[in-house]
Amino acid sequence: MTAVDTPTGSIGVTKLRKEDARLVTGRATWTDNVAAPGALHMKLVRSPMAHAKITAVDVSAARERPGVVAVYTGADLMDAWKTSLPSVWQVTADVKEPPHWPLATDKVRHVGDGVAVVLATSAGAVADAVDFVDVSYEPLTAVTDMEEALKDEVLVHDDAGTNRCYEYAWDSGNLDEVFDRADVVVTRRYINQRLIPTAIEPRAVVVQPDPTSGGYVMHSATQIPHILRIQLAIVCGVPEHKLRVIAPDVGGGFGSKLNVYAEEALALALAAKLGKPVTWTETRSEGYQATIHGRDHIQDLQIAATSDGRILGYKADIKADLGAYLQLVTTGTPMLGAFMYPAIYKMEAHGLKITGVFTTKTPTDAYRGAGRPEATFAIERIVDDLAAELGMDPMELRRKNWITHEEFPYDIITGLTYDSGNYEAATDKAMAMFGYDDLRAEQQQRRASGDPVQLGIGISTFTEMCGLAPSRVLGSLSYRAGGWEQASVRMLPTGTVQVITGTSPHGQGHVTSWSQIAADALGVDFDDVDVLHGDTSISHRGMDTYGSRSLVVGGYAVHSACQKVIAKAKRVAAHLLEAAEDDIEFANGTFSVAGSPDAKKTIQDLALAVFAAHDYPQDMEPSLDAEATVDPENFSFPHGTHLCAAEVDTETGRVIIRTYVSVDDVGRVINPQIVEGQVHGGLAQGIAQALYEEAVYDTEGNLSTGSLLDYYVPSAADLPHFETDRTETPATSNPMGVKGVGEAGTIASTPAVVNAVVDALRPLGVKDVRMPTSPRNVWEAIQAATNGGAA
Amino acid sequence: MTNVQMSVDGASHSDEVEPRLLLVHYLRDVLGKTGTNVGCDTSNCGACTVHLDGRSVKSCTVLAVQADGTRIDTIEGLADAGSSGDDEAGWHPLQRAFHTEHGLQCGYCTPGMIMAAKDLLAENPDPTEDEVRHGLEGNLCRCTGYVNIVKAVRAAAAEMRGETPKAEVTA
Repeated sequence: MTAVDTPTGSIGVTKLRKEDARLVTGRATWTDNVAAPGALHMKLVRSPMAHAKITAVDVSAARERPGVVAVYTGADLMDAWKTSLPSVWQVTADVKEPPHWPLATDKVRHVGDGVAVVLATSAGAVADAVDFVDVSYEPLTAVTDMEEALKDEVLVHDDAGTNRCYEYAWDSGNLDEVFDRADVVVTRRYINQRLIPTAIEPRAVVVQPDPTSGGYVMHSATQIPHILRIQLAIVCGVPEHKLRVIAPDVGGGFGSKLNVYAEEALALALAAKLGKPVTWTETRSEGYQATIHGRDHIQDLQIAATSDGRILGYKADIKADLGAYLQLVTTGTPMLGAFMYPAIYKMEAHGLKITGVFTTKTPTDAYRGAGRPEATFAIERIVDDLAAELGMDPMELRRKNWITHEEFPYDIITGLTYDSGNYEAATDKAMAMFGYDDLRAEQQQRRASGDPVQLGIGISTFTEMCGLAPSRVLGSLSYRAGGWEQASVRMLPTGTVQVITGTSPHGQGHVTSWSQIAADALGVDFDDVDVLHGDTSISHRGMDTYGSRSLVVGGYAVHSACQKVIAKAKRVAAHLLEAAEDDIEFANGTFSVAGSPDAKKTIQDLALAVFAAHDYPQDMEPSLDAEATVDPENFSFPHGTHLCAAEVDTETGRVIIRTYVSVDDVGRVINPQIVEGQVHGGLAQGIAQALYEEAVYDTEGNLSTGSLLDYYVPSAADLPHFETDRTETPATSNPMGVKGVGEAGTIASTPAVVNAVVDALRPLGVKDVRMPTSPRNVWEAIQAATNGGAA
Repeated sequence: MTNVQMSVDGASHSDEVEPRLLLVHYLRDVLGKTGTNVGCDTSNCGACTVHLDGRSVKSCTVLAVQADGTRIDTIEGLADAGSSGDDEAGWHPLQRAFHTEHGLQCGYCTPGMIMAAKDLLAENPDPTEDEVRHGLEGNLCRCTGYVNIVKAVRAAAAEMRGETPKAEVTA
């Protein structure tokens, strides 16, 4: 176990972002801005049907259109693929992994499935030409409902023989005994609706043949340039060393750009086939069909407790709608939540079953939080429902069951070891900010007076596992990759520093935060550090950005590489100062000899000295540069207490958030402003799930919310001010004491809001409101409850 | 093809365009002014917001031919003429405030958000939080949760009214 360093220098203070200058002046390099002279514009012909046999594809008319260079069907391109698009998580030994080709050949399985591809000399020409590809379909029955799909009456993948992709069951402790012993068992079904990530920059890819190397340069709006390079090398048979992938400025991701997409494989294969650059940018409505969706779980939960409010255990039966195909981590997304159902509570037993189900819808995959929001929602909802059943205050029930700060490290019932935390401190701070007792008093008044606008108070005392991930743990779960991260530090002779990171930011401010880490460790000026990323020819090793991993693993790698630089520099300093290495002290960028304060060299002096290389130790190379690969020993477990006060109009169903308070503990903070921004953005997405967003399919498998007109991404007018604060309980699994923050706000906030809505309506007999808690869903829940039925 | 002439960020342009060409594609693909982004195809997101004769428009809902004879201002022309984009002193107060208040993360919505905010402040130099939120409801941001965008717009408004600019946040 490593000790937590004392903060010095630029860590822990807000530094304004280095990234901003180009972004606020309109000079960013988005993939769609990349100039590729002579590029062919690519567009896919997409299925308008959810499920159909392809009986014929006639491309002859399209080939005759002005500007069209080539048109290919799925069958035409089968020899371009060495293997189908990757699914990297073999969650069970017998998981069904049906092939997923970049273009469909036999049948289409969701609206938007690619059937043919057209290349033309301009965006206008290709847009016109796709309509001239004539595809004949023999319609098949769509299957959009998971429980319907599990009947296997309509098969999405005929060769799989079932729509049950996998079933993963696991329990520990004496589950039956615990449920027999329980005084109270609460049973609930929660629906975690389907969401569309909607990164504001649409996906885009540009592939240019590179005659210099005989290979290809790909720009892609991706979170994962390194993973993309490996996987596309495998899919397209391009030698890995001949493929350079660049993630330039990337406009948000939230998991939607954590994938290996058909369009990326097609652009590479067609650039190779035609020897010309190929460019593609999705339209928003196209992306809504062709870019991954998130969530879409049915969660059947039972929680067992004693009459005095001691939680004994739970059973969770989770059905996850995977959609039509397995994308990169489609199978694993529910698994990331599997460990998190115990949340912060001590209990004796748990039982979990996850069933992954194929349907004729767009594939789901990791969307901000990926499995953990689902788990957190279910457990935080049912703890509230249990409190109502027991007649206890929901915070009191939580206090009675959570792991206390003296008990860390703590092994939870699903086998994870929570390294640190202080739920009491975060909660006390949040309760004070929120004014909990006053709001409860107002709630009582409104209930007593029969106010049509009721007040609800929602709590979410969440934790999550992030910082993906210890490679050996991933291996034990049959994830086909590791979770390490890489960084290099180059000490330039004029005294400035380049840090190369394997993480790939798309809004998170890594250039700024990693500069702070390096400046702090090396004792150099913040402005003398630059950070390079997102180009596989510069950052040759990396596992990229997702799962709130970048700081915890990638920042740790930067820190570690800096320590190696310092160790080398110390030897050079000892040599030049003619002192024993043990007598050399390092502080604030200067090496000095103990007891001789005038004998000193700055780290910049030493960088220049090894560059000149006239005088350096015999047994070392003349370089201070270093690289480090770190593999975390554990996940990181941020936590926090989120409190929401919502006004619910019982006559119209309208919900308005009056106050939202969050106190997050993300360990030691590098840049408070960036951390606060990550929390804000996370809250917005989690609250959006609670109040606004839902991807809706009709029974024919058409995406009813197929554009931004129909899919409700909230604007500034739809969201409240957030009152955020922090506690800092350092993680013990990395030397900086940091935890992840990117997903925390999203994971925590959804149940806080829904708990508030339900809390407001409990006197009317409402026990649940289906998300999103739109006026219609609230009103229907009220009607169902007041008409005698349970909501 | 139809001829269009317009001033864009102070420079005069004359081009033959297809009548169906959208203003945003004229800016990006014909003039190479890629500072203005496209985020949707239904005029919801506002990433493409520019000013047409001084008023904000979503340039995906304007045909290039409709902009014939007008003055177009984009994010690229917002800083002081002749200043390097890296020189914060030359930035518009909104650009500076988005930077100091962390009103952007990925930055894709930012050009449109700033152009919409500039129009809002022209109409209302001292907006309340609520007025900023409603004034920008045609521009979507997926990263920030809007709190810092609202702060940035109000901070810029204060500076533009001649009130003391905010102190630098750097330590």
